[in-house]
Amino acid sequence: MALDEFFVTGEPLIYAGMVSIALVTSAIIFLLTYFKKWGWLWREWLTTVDHKKIGIMYILSALVMLFRGGADALMMRTQLAFPGLEFLDSQHYNEIFTTHGTVMIIFMAMPFLIGLMNIIVPLQIGARDFAFPFVNAVSFWAFFLGAMLFNISFVIGGSPDAGWTSYTPLAGAAMSPGPGQNFYLMGLQLSGIGTLATGINLMVTILKMRAPGMKLFHMPIFTWSTLVTCFIIVFAFPILTVALALMTIDRIFGAQFFTLTGEGLPMMWANLFWMWGHPEVYIVILPAFGIFSEVIATFAKKRLFGYNAMVWSMIIIALLSFLVWVHHFFTMGAGAFVNSVFSVSTMLIAVPTGVKIFNWLATLYKSRIEFTVPMLWSLAFIPSFILGGVTGVMLGMAAADYQFHNSYFLIAHFHYVLIAGTVFACFAGLVYWYPKMFGHKMNERIGKWAFWLFLIGFHICFFPQYFLGLDGMPRRLFITNIAEWLPLNVISTVGAFGMGAGFAVFVFNIYYSYRYSEREKTGDAWGHGRTLEWSTTTPVPFYNFATVPYVDEIDPYVRMKEEGKTTFDEKKLKPIHMPSYSGQPIIMMSFFALASFALVFEWIPLAIAGLLGGVACMAFRSFDYDDGYYVQVDEIKRTERKARGL
Amino acid sequence: MANTKKRIPTQHVIGFLLSLVMTLVAAWAVIGSDLPKMWVIISILILALLQAGVQLFMFMHITEESSDGGHVPWNMMFHGFALAAILVAGSLFTMSFGFDHGDMDMDDGHKQEQHSEHSE
Ligand code: HEM
Ligand SMILES: [Cu+2]
Repeated sequence: MALDEFFVTGEPLIYAGMVSIALVTSAIIFLLTYFKKWGWLWREWLTTVDHKKIGIMYILSALVMLFRGGADALMMRTQLAFPGLEFLDSQHYNEIFTTHGTVMIIFMAMPFLIGLMNIIVPLQIGARDFAFPFVNAVSFWAFFLGAMLFNISFVIGGSPDAGWTSYTPLAGAAMSPGPGQNFYLMGLQLSGIGTLATGINLMVTILKMRAPGMKLFHMPIFTWSTLVTCFIIVFAFPILTVALALMTIDRIFGAQFFTLTGEGLPMMWANLFWMWGHPEVYIVILPAFGIFSEVIATFAKKRLFGYNAMVWSMIIIALLSFLVWVHHFFTMGAGAFVNSVFSVSTMLIAVPTGVKIFNWLATLYKSRIEFTVPMLWSLAFIPSFILGGVTGVMLGMAAADYQFHNSYFLIAHFHYVLIAGTVFACFAGLVYWYPKMFGHKMNERIGKWAFWLFLIGFHICFFPQYFLGLDGMPRRLFITNIAEWLPLNVISTVGAFGMGAGFAVFVFNIYYSYRYSEREKTGDAWGHGRTLEWSTTTPVPFYNFATVPYVDEIDPYVRMKEEGKTTFDEKKLKPIHMPSYSGQPIIMMSFFALASFALVFEWIPLAIAGLLGGVACMAFRSFDYDDGYYVQVDEIKRTERKARGL
Repeated sequence: MANTKKRIPTQHVIGFLLSLVMTLVAAWAVIGSDLPKMWVIISILILALLQAGVQLFMFMHITEESSDGGHVPWNMMFHGFALAAILVAGSLFTMSFGFDHGDMDMDDGHKQEQHSEHSE
């Protein structure tokens, strides 16, 4: 392959991208070398199996991906507001909406939430790490390398351009030759396997490693939402894995699962994709519900209203989420009966969702609300998300969907649920648990600026899109110079830049707070913590709990505070068994990433070499008898006394 | 922790090799063999069942004596079956609007239903 086929050429924007990648990479390498930080990076981060550090790496990566996806979004909005500029041509526009969608869902939303789960769930249930800490590291590297693989596509080989849904036959080898679509397949495959492993890992952790006495119905609601989400992951992700594998075999080895020729069934891709895809949207919304529930209960200073109803509604949502997938292709030609069945099941989901909304409102009712930044995000979520949910039900009516489908109405719907739901929750959760992670709060004043900019920008950006949709503007379109559409598009773009500004302020706040925020002295940063994570000291010792408290109620920390109990009972100290750090996860996944990269370019010998390397690592691991180590009582005493100022 | 001392996990190694072999045989049956179509389908179905058996018996503790609460993952197995049923039945159901090659006149839902009835 010639070099100019390998690198993407001819686009000034992409040359700029290459230059900035080269600059940033060399800057990082230079800084690490100059400050002699390579050893530190390897020992403390790249080899870590500590759930808290892995969580932080997830969140950092997610923020970077949010930036990348956001840059894509702003480019699209620029094009749509000023079609006359010819800022993007049709091919480039196709590539950008594809990477935007994929990056945001797979590499931003999910990792962000999984990062928060990583850090918080073990702390909430009184566990010292995941059930399988090594696998947790493997998962992270699978996700991270998968994301990197997908992201380099725009400078090497060319981006995928068939939409984040990657529908066949367009995405098949006949109509999309070249590496672009393979990047999609391999990037998702690699990170998807990581997600699946995390699902299993967290599920086992929650089922088996809770503090003594803690029944399932004593668990904090965020942990519950994680457990339910893990069930969805474990049952939905294999479908994606198989579908991606089938399409890979189609594209690289000439099979005919989804082709137009040879009795292939292109529609089967859409079918399989949405059998995973609909559960997937609930994978990213249920943890968000969990976060909002925690934040709302904390700052309303009350126990969450209707805890049991909250749990059951999540379980019902999870079950229903597997029974509605056809609503994504009502217009593909299924008969009236098929569509009616899925129309009804879709509308049913609104019932448990409505139950949750009323529970949040009831929690807020007559409470003394403290308007902190996480609470603001949560309060803004309720009305905004309702707009998304109600339009979802409209889309769920099959007959009406013939009108709405693939118009901007749909775009507005899913941004109202994904941004006002998932993204607001990520921000709320990050700000809320920030002191637990980094030992200081984020600045509240700057946080409010970020919040208002983002919130107002969001509504200005997406509310007009409902009307654009009703005016007939289709999605995935790069020309807008039609008199009816242009004004609303300009307004929408203004809002998008408002959100961009909000995000920039948010990131600036991370820096500002690192420099100037007051350091935390207690573990209960907000003063109203209700669940076990707030009972740990800040910074959290690597073993989390010196002594694990006995829990037999919801919100155990409320009582612990009243009775003056802590998670450090000198008399009960015992040596703590902890897993050792290991370089194997990153090495193992690097081999698989190499194999995936080779498959993208269909270099079979290199792919086989990479696979063999990965399998060799797994074999090595199978006979590795490192059982971890024990933290001695003396060391625990020293750490705890220092952290608690005793 | 005590019984994880250096000991070759024979059962797991055998299970792993068995599942690899069965996968390769299945691939060969489809790509390389001259078996009639029906036999190919039957044989890969049998291999799939065996494969599931290997997973359950050699990796998933299904033979272990129920120790506190039991290890047999009945619950998950039930959900697995339920999901598989949804997948298969659901796909057949959704695709049942008559995707029978070249005959895709979809202007009229009613006509389609008749088509698929005829083609049975
Ligand atoms: C009340 C609950 C909801 C209902 C009834 C609902 C209904 C629908 C329907 C019928 C469609 C397909 C419309 C079409 O293609 O014409 C759709 C699309 C979509 N929904 Fe929802 N939805 C709901 C909640 C959510 C949530 C919570 C999320 C994610 C957080 C979500 C994310 C999406 C996405 C990403 C798409 C578009 C996918 C694409 O075609 O690219 N929805 N929704
Ligand atoms: Cu859906």
